Order: sequence, then C-alpha cells, then structure tokens
Amino acid sequence: MENQEKMNKEKLKSMEAIFEAKIANDEKIEPKDWMPEKYRKTHIRQISQHAHSEIVGMLPEGNWITRAPSLRRKVALLAKVQDEAGHGLYLYSACETLGISREEMYDQLHSGKAKYSSIFNYPTLTWADMGAIGWLVDGAAIINQVPLCNTSFGPYARAMVRVCKEESFHQRQGYEIMMTLCNGTQEQKDMAQDALNRWWWPSLMMFGPTDDESTHTEQSMKWKLKRKTNDELRQQFIDQTVPQADILGLTVPDLDLRFNNDTGHYDFGKIDWDEFWQVVKGHGRCNKERISARKNAWDNGKWVRDAAVAYAEKQSDKEEVKKAV
Amino acid sequence: MTNENLIQYLYGIADNSLILGQRLGELCGHGPTLETDIALTNISLDLFGQVRSYFQYLAELSKDDLTEDDLAFLRKEREYKNLLLVEQPNTDFAYIIVRQYFFDVFHYMLLEKLQDSKNVNLQGIAKKSIKEVAYHQRFSGDWLLRLGDGTEESKQKVQQAVSDLWVFTDELFHVTKDDEAVIKAGHGVDVRLLKDDYYAKITNQLKQATLEVPETKYFQKGGKQGIHSEHMGYILADMQFMQRAYPDMKW
Repeated sequence: MENQEKMNKEKLKSMEAIFEAKIANDEKIEPKDWMPEKYRKTHIRQISQHAHSEIVGMLPEGNWITRAPSLRRKVALLAKVQDEAGHGLYLYSACETLGISREEMYDQLHSGKAKYSSIFNYPTLTWADMGAIGWLVDGAAIINQVPLCNTSFGPYARAMVRVCKEESFHQRQGYEIMMTLCNGTQEQKDMAQDALNRWWWPSLMMFGPTDDESTHTEQSMKWKLKRKTNDELRQQFIDQTVPQADILGLTVPDLDLRFNNDTGHYDFGKIDWDEFWQVVKGHGRCNKERISARKNAWDNGKWVRDAAVAYAEKQSDKEEVKKAV
Repeated sequence: MTNENLIQYLYGIADNSLILGQRLGELCGHGPTLETDIALTNISLDLFGQVRSYFQYLAELSKDDLTEDDLAFLRKEREYKNLLLVEQPNTDFAYIIVRQYFFDVFHYMLLEKLQDSKNVNLQGIAKKSIKEVAYHQRFSGDWLLRLGDGTEESKQKVQQAVSDLWVFTDELFHVTKDDEAVIKAGHGVDVRLLKDDYYAKITNQLKQATLEVPETKYFQKGGKQGIHSEHMGYILADMQFMQRAYPDMKW
C-alpha cells in the first residue's frame, strides 16, 4: 500500500515536471496531456467567460440589425454579429475539450455563476453606437486578446488566431462608421460624439481592475494567459486610441487627459471603479435584459433541440433495423 | 414590355428577399442553438445580398437618380410588392421553418427558370442566387422533417404552423399585369406553370415529415398588389427608421 502511494506520488511528480517543462519551452498543452487541476479549472473559467462574452455581445449589436441605415451597413452588421456567434462556437468547443459540456456552461451563464464582459451590459442607443463598439470595444478586445494567440493551451491559442483576425476587421469597420458620421452633418457628428462619451470609460474598464487590485495575475503570466498587466494594456489602448479620436475630430471625455512628454504616454483621469463593480455585480443598465434574452432563447429552444434529438434517434433506429434485416 | 413593367416585376421578386431577410434579421442572437442562429443569419445575409443585386439593377432602370437604399428604405407601404407569406411574424421556430420552407421551394423553382431569362442581368442574378437558395431549401426542408417526425410537442407546433401558413401559398403563383408583359417578353418566369410541381414537392415533404397536408380551399392574397397584413407597417417602421428620422444623409 505504501509502495503504491509512493509510486503514485512519483508518477504525479514526473507528470508535473513534464507539464512544467512544456510551459517553460513554450510548447502547447493539448487536451489529452496531463495538466494540474488548477490549470484546467482556470482555463475553463477564462475560456467559457470569453465564449459567453461573444454570445452576450451579439445582443447589443443585434439590437440595430433591423434598423441599420443602409443595405451595405445592414449586411456588414449581420456578418459581424454572425462572426461573434462563430467565435462563441469555437471557444465553447475549445472549452469542451477540458471536460465541461456546452449545456453546463450555459447553465453557469444563466445562473450568474459564470461572468461575461461587463461592457455588454451597456445599452446601444443610436446607430453611432455600432461605430463606437467596433472602434473602442473591439479595439480594446484585440489588445486583450492578441497575446492569447501564444497562450499555452493549444485549442485556445488556435481559436484566438482566428478570432483576432476577424476582430481587427470589425475594428476597422467600426472606425469607418465613425469616420462617415464625422464627415457628415452636424447631427451625425453629435451622434458620434455622444457615442464616444458613453463608451469611452466603460471601454477603459474592459482591462479590469488596477494591478494592485487584480488577483491571479502571477499565475496567469506563467501560463501565458496574460503577458502584460491590466494597467499596461489599458495604457496601450489609450495611447493608440486618443490620436484616432483626434483624426475623427472628436473629444475624448476626460478633462485630465494629456500627453506626458516625460513618459511618452497619455496621462488620464480617474476611472469610476464604483460603476465598474456595480455592473460586474449585476446591477448595470442591461444586465437583467441580457441574461433574460439568453435564457429565453435557450428555454424557448428546448422543444426544438428535443425534436432534433428524437428525430436523430429514430433515424439511427431505422438504420439499425435496416442492418438487422 | 415597358420599363415600368420590368421595374414592377423586379419589385415583385426582390421585395420577398428584402422582407424575409429583415424578418430573419430580427432573430439574430435569439436562436434555439448557436448553430441554427448562425444558419438563419446566413440565410438572411444571402437574401440581402440578392436584394442589393436586384436593387442596383433597378436603380439603373429608374429614370430618377435613385440608389439601392432609396428603393429599400424610402418607398411607401403600398409600393412594396412582396408576398404576404414572407412578412408573417417569427411566432416560434416552427413558423420560422415552415415560412422558410414554403418560400424556399418556390424561390428555387423560380430561380431555376429565371436562369433562362432573355434579360442578362436577371440571368446573372439567378445563376448566383440559386446556389444559395439550394442550401436554404435543404436547411428548412431538413428541419421540417426533424420537427414533424421529432417529438409530440414539435409535431403539434409544426402542424399548427403548416395549417396557418398554408393559406399564403396560393399567392406565390399569382401573376400581375406587369408580370404578364414581362413573361411575354421572355424576361420573366410564368410562375403559374410551377404550381403543380410546387404542391407535389411540398406535399411529399410534409408526408415524409408525418404531417397532415391542409385541405382548405380558402387562400389569402394582396401582397403583390401592395395590400399587406397589419404586420407590414411595423416591419417598415423599424427598417426605415434611420432614413426617415435623418433624411438625406450618408451612412
């Protein structure tokens, strides 16, 4: 018995060593490889949260499909929202390789156990919001996600390569919507400015709490779930986006924003972290609507999914009968 | 055949894709599974792509300096010539599938013939679109089987949808005076000739789905004359919102 235990411990140690060596050598961890339980759990949490963000993220933009102002814009928006569904699909699939089903993940989303990006709890009130979301929200998402193309878990890294390509297309599309508005009438410019005013601060919050408030960072760095800290990424986003706002002729809604010649970066004002936590805890403008829209789609679709299963079973029964005869 | 005959004939085809595409667009993000969500959005995208081809051609034909968006967003309700079938609401997934299937089978047959049109523009659009519609038809036809021969609940729901939407199928084969002129000129398709094949095909599929074929002899019509259902005003209010609220702007 003691021997058995000793052997198990040794085996575990050697598997841990193989795992650590792979991480150190920048090799990918694949679903069938041994991995520490904490690695598995952390990845399930992050990938499912990412998948949920894609799916919930379809709703604020889906809100403008029927009202898009031109056929060209309507087609582009439909295609964009469809891309997000596609991202959700391959992220859920990547997550399933870690031993959790899509149904379980949906349950966690619907019960509030799993989170999704808080940005999607803000309402889309005008057409300009379609521009601002593409430009700012997808822009922030890209900065968060590009490093994940090299993350240690193989299926996640491969999914992210594809996601990032499409996201950068979406961002250009969003910026182009803003540009068209800013080259338009005064009413259109006002619409664009109003959208920037509403989406700027929530976009900065997408990078998460400041470094001194953020948990998990060290472990995530080691597993290459993170390469830079929240504050570094946020600064990168601001430095990249402020000149783009200048080109549009729009004013970033931050009186403290100015370029710092000493640091080579923009200094910016204080983020309202009370608002951030309010939304994260479920009390944003649209938290309830977003979850209930997802839940309704799932609950109302149950009879459809049941029918598909029943039909497939009947077909395979028929096949069995045919074979037997 | 006058220019106006051809314009009206084209509206009769393009508006079906426009309004059905719009109806499917309402569903994006709310489907019963991610896969069906993606598939229905895909169909919507195909239909809008077809609309743009028709409307760009229509804009060329019109005397005024019109764009595809003027045609899509700035007509009055009576000027839309789509079938009543395609404007019916997304009551539930069964209605969505039956509406789609009833339309897809017709749409495919129409495009098949339109490929032989003397009008090269229509020929081109038909050749490109028919590949897409072949997929639509397979998708909706397969789901009809699943729902019909699935569970008791799905059978009852899809049967209800079949019974309710059946009354809109006869209109698919109506021909207006404008249509007559365009058919005579060899540019259009005489849809009356497709009717028997159409009913044979959908009857067969309904039977395979273990569903009853409705026996009613009373049908609804009016869409082709621009006399729509009460749903149409709301579809247009949504679709035209930006163009009406902010006229004469570029987007």
